[in-house]
Amino acid sequence: MTTVAELPAGFADKVLSAQSTFRSVMDAMARPGSVQRIAAAAGVPAAMMRGTAAIALTLFDHDTPLWLDPSMSATSDVTKWLKFHTGAPVIADSSICSFALIGDARSLPSLDRFAFGSNEYPDRSTTLVLQVESLTQGPSIELRGPGIDGVAVLRAAIQPADLFERLKINQTLFPRGIDVVLVADDTIVAIPRTTRLVAKGG
Amino acid sequence: MTAVQENGKQARRRAAMAVLSHSDAAEIASRLEAMAVPVYENLREPENGLVMVRGRIGGDGAPFNLGEATVSRAAVRLSTGELGFGYTLGRDRQKARMIALCDALVQSDEFAGAVESQVIAPLRTRMISERNRTAAETAATRVDFYTLVRGEG
Repeated sequence: MTTVAELPAGFADKVLSAQSTFRSVMDAMARPGSVQRIAAAAGVPAAMMRGTAAIALTLFDHDTPLWLDPSMSATSDVTKWLKFHTGAPVIADSSICSFALIGDARSLPSLDRFAFGSNEYPDRSTTLVLQVESLTQGPSIELRGPGIDGVAVLRAAIQPADLFERLKINQTLFPRGIDVVLVADDTIVAIPRTTRLVAKGG
Repeated sequence: MTAVQENGKQARRRAAMAVLSHSDAAEIASRLEAMAVPVYENLREPENGLVMVRGRIGGDGAPFNLGEATVSRAAVRLSTGELGFGYTLGRDRQKARMIALCDALVQSDEFAGAVESQVIAPLRTRMISERNRTAAETAATRVDFYTLVRGEG
């Protein structure tokens, strides 16, 4: 039984915070490559960034199985916090999870270990929430696809370095595929399955 | 902490919860105001929801879903680390928060005595006297039915 525990609080204002975070995630998905800020404040477990915590409180519930990478599940803090505030089941099998939280993006497992959805239900795929170093500084990345007028340029320090090469599987799998949300502190960038890498600069 | 101590604490919390959830929100509030409440934070903001109430016919039949009931819940943490949880029927969010606060106070060594004597004990006395009064009122209207045996002739 937990009587004395360091369990960070959830959103101070549940409804408005969840709505504004949902709006940020939706805008990020609609405009791939654009940097969105998450304004909502919540308590955050040590292994999580602010943006990841807000996304968790907004999108996770008992119907969304989660998979945590070893850096997230190293201590029970994150699992306890997620269970208390979202009620989402944390599972060991990454191939059936709705969301995967990746704390240490360098050790991102091979993408085929996650769910791609089926042709009938492409929405039953895994959305990766990837914590990266920066989404405002770093090498430039040019993206193209629906929601982008021409080319979107993102300057970001993204790990793993070959993330976009790995995401090329989305081209062949479509309509199945993997959606990615990159988080750096309180900023997010979404890379939905329709977005393609055009060029990578220094 | 030994298992015995832990069980004792759990029993105290359970007893406090039984009183608080049946008490009037305004009364809990006025009694809590009277005592020095330590600093606390809202771990889970008070919120409303539904629970499915299940029942068994005759108390031992097959379980069935009776219907949904509104509940409010909240969780708080004292600055000293105690976690308190509050659940109550109805949509009174402040009541859920106060129950959570009392639950946390009951667990804290420093405040357990004060919250018991100033909040829970008076409420318990009131709840019991109220129950006794209702029982007495009901008992006064009791009618005993006799089966009259039709006499011969």
